[in-house]
Amino acid sequence: MSVRSEAGRVAAVAWKDLTAERRSKANFNAVLFLAALMLLMFGFALGPDTATLRTAAAGIVWLTVLFSGTLAFHRSYQVELERGALETLLLYPGGRSSIFLGKLLANLAFVLLVEAVLIPLATVLYDVPVGRVTWMLAVVVFLGTFGFVTLGTFYASMASRSRAREVLLPLLLFPMLVPVLVAAVEATAALLGGDLMAESGRWVRLLVAFDVIFLGAAIVAFGAVIEE
Amino acid sequence: MSERIDQRRAGVERAPAWLVVASAVALAAVIGAQIFGFRTSPPDMAMGDLQKIMYVHVPAAWNAFLAFFVVFWASVVYLWRRTERADLLAASAAEVGAVFTGLTLLLGSIWGRPTWGVWWTWDARLTSTAVLFIIFVGYLALRSFTDDPDRRGRWSAAVGIFGALNVPIVYMSVRWWRTLHQVQSTPETLSPAYRAALRLNGLAFLLLLIVFIAWRYRAARIERRAELVAEEAALQGSGLHV
Repeated sequence: MSVRSEAGRVAAVAWKDLTAERRSKANFNAVLFLAALMLLMFGFALGPDTATLRTAAAGIVWLTVLFSGTLAFHRSYQVELERGALETLLLYPGGRSSIFLGKLLANLAFVLLVEAVLIPLATVLYDVPVGRVTWMLAVVVFLGTFGFVTLGTFYASMASRSRAREVLLPLLLFPMLVPVLVAAVEATAALLGGDLMAESGRWVRLLVAFDVIFLGAAIVAFGAVIEE
Repeated sequence: MSERIDQRRAGVERAPAWLVVASAVALAAVIGAQIFGFRTSPPDMAMGDLQKIMYVHVPAAWNAFLAFFVVFWASVVYLWRRTERADLLAASAAEVGAVFTGLTLLLGSIWGRPTWGVWWTWDARLTSTAVLFIIFVGYLALRSFTDDPDRRGRWSAAVGIFGALNVPIVYMSVRWWRTLHQVQSTPETLSPAYRAALRLNGLAFLLLLIVFIAWRYRAARIERRAELVAEEAALQGSGLHV
């Protein structure tokens, strides 16, 4: 049970999930188009005034990520429910937490890839200038996404196997994500506005604290949640 | 077969005497504390008699937090020891806590309309209480959508612990975000005229919380027993539905 073999297991689970996703592509494309569609719909709901859209852009993008990303988490466990794949996965030696971390990495890659298309699209659609703050923005996006994906992967492991999976996941997940949403939107908005009050630093620290606390809690609790 | 079930049913005895007595005491305490509040405290300078809502709103809020602490603690015990009683206690406390939180929000809103001029404001304490309420509604929804009792216990314990961990983070994040709520009412910040009545109501609500949880816990035990009887009947092939 060395650290090295655990890391190997994590990578193997992540690779398996990503390979399945890459070969089908169905899920990725659907989520991506849904996200792009949501950006348009928000535009129709709030627009066409460019100034309004620009102020709302940070909130719109993060809500779009939350709503579309939630769809990805289901698939992460649904593929395991067919033909008893999960039982087989659990039979492999090694800690249960490596399954969680592997799925976490795969979901993280998935959501970050969606964002890589979504965010440039949003800057074009809502006419947001990001030139000066690209790197700081990338840090905020990563930290916010990491917290979102950590809790999403954890809660989906329960919701996907319950009777009401489509409704249950957002019901459990979204109230837990309020700090992530507030911090990520505020930090993004502060950066886009030139960060005159240097506010983004405090929000970034909050995101880091959230990520660390719930990553630790999820690793500890996952064994109890996944066991049959 | 039916004899055995009758025996089990006979095993669901009447409510224990102490619980009935405690419930009567709690009810009397709430009524007494309310009367005491109305009698002793003068109308507030700014709010008039609206201030009396405090005697329900604040005790409900205190005890809701206490209930969620019980959920957290019982969930940890369940994951540690896997005793069914801890799971049922957590579920009972979550239900009562959700009711008290709902009451807190509702009464706060009724008080806020004439005092602040709005039913709702995006203030830190308000929004984090609402988030807490939804987290525990989610907890209860998860329980009702999971059939296997062992799974239900493990999953809801995780959700209960995560929810409780998140409470301070949610509170801090919305406080930075915006704040306008008046300084929290504790007996120390109050003029002495209101202090005794608030403390008394806090205690009365604590009694109410305990008997509510005790009744819910009793009901949960009975439901659990009914599940076991139904399971046994199903295994023996009888068409009994309990």
